[in-house]
Amino acid sequence: MNIFLPTILVGTLGLAFGLMLAFFAKKFAVPTNPLVQEIERLLPGANCGACGFPGCSGLAEKIASGEASPNACPVGGPRVWAELSRLLGQESGSWEAKRALLLCQGGEGIAQTVAEYEGVADCKAAHLLPASFKGCRFGCLGLGNCVKVCPFGAIHLDTESHLPVIDWEKCTGCGKCVAECPRNIITLVPKREQVTVACVSLDPGKEVRKLCSRGCIKCQLCVRTCPEGAITFENGRIVISREKCTLCGLCVEKCPTHCIIRVGEKLALLEVKG
Amino acid sequence: MSTEFLTIFKIIVSAAFVDNIILARYIGLCPYIGMSSSVANSIGMGMAVTFVMVLASIVTWILWNYVLVPFGLEYLRIMVFILVIATLVQLVEILLKKNVPNLYRAMGIYLPLITTNCAILAVTFLGVDYGYPLFQVVIYSISVALGFTVALILLAGIRERLRLAKVPNFWQGYPIVFIATCLLAIAFLGFKGLVK
Repeated sequence: MNIFLPTILVGTLGLAFGLMLAFFAKKFAVPTNPLVQEIERLLPGANCGACGFPGCSGLAEKIASGEASPNACPVGGPRVWAELSRLLGQESGSWEAKRALLLCQGGEGIAQTVAEYEGVADCKAAHLLPASFKGCRFGCLGLGNCVKVCPFGAIHLDTESHLPVIDWEKCTGCGKCVAECPRNIITLVPKREQVTVACVSLDPGKEVRKLCSRGCIKCQLCVRTCPEGAITFENGRIVISREKCTLCGLCVEKCPTHCIIRVGEKLALLEVKG
Repeated sequence: MSTEFLTIFKIIVSAAFVDNIILARYIGLCPYIGMSSSVANSIGMGMAVTFVMVLASIVTWILWNYVLVPFGLEYLRIMVFILVIATLVQLVEILLKKNVPNLYRAMGIYLPLITTNCAILAVTFLGVDYGYPLFQVVIYSISVALGFTVALILLAGIRERLRLAKVPNFWQGYPIVFIATCLLAIAFLGFKGLVK
């Protein structure tokens, strides 16, 4: 007998609460845009916030209202973009795959080493020191933090130059090495043939010439050479516009220190002169 | 009248400070650590907790005194109370979404978070265990929620300053937050014996 009372009581309570909730949910239902739900269903649903909006539902709302582009989700990548574009009736275009690129050629024998480093073999530790064991304050330390952090085994240290070499076949453009590098030498670039300045030094030309034979000496010969006007000198660095560049290669020929390099779609380094 | 007032004053001080739900009773630590990253967040969480705590303790008090005790079903209270709290939170969420969308958006994730918050359940239990009449239960739950909010805002203030502090690597993140919480709890120990 004793079992019936609690069963009935709790059952009734649960039923009453359930019915009440169902009633209120119906009565106070807020109409939502069905498109938002469709979009949210296509998004990864990880709520990681990498798009800059509060979770996948936040991004879905923004995409539905046209404030965000359907390729705003970096996690979903080209697949989600294509699906969303189909849903919204838009052209999806091609997804720009990214690859990591080392902007330094100052390896052994090219950049000067002014001191012997006997500390922990870790770029971050070496970077903490007030002075650099390599003459250049901007160049690659070559201690291989990027090699250690790469989850795809796409980076190895060259035995001769002690500089990291990034294999674009294995690289996925995840950006872990970019975040790891204490000197911010590695950047993500679109995976296609391009011409770029492989030196991030902000030192004046005279200093650079003393420290490294492949550094940018800010002679601005390339700026004058470029027939397309794609090369400019901005904030102490040479900038090559990817939009304007026609890959003619004149700047690569002219650069006196060979610090402008041509990068291919597959191999990280296509053409290194000198 | 004056004894009545004194009892209520005692309830407020003991619930909010002396027996602070977090720093003296160590209940409801997960939202305490989770939601104390900024002062604005902690105020939102405090409001949501206050709201649900008061409503839940009223409804559970009625159920306890008029349903569970007369039928001799005291052992079912965990189940029944959790049912009440979960339903209430859902209901509040639905109503807020419809009527006060701004507040709903501000509370956002906090509302569902407190569905199974042990602090709420603890308050409904304690209110019943102390044998308070309904009015005092309301006062008690408001004071507990006040104590919760105060503790939350205090820690949030500390954490906002901690972000600028130079913390040793091995203490960064949660370890230093726990240490700050310990120090806060020790400070709150000073209230012990305030109310006899």
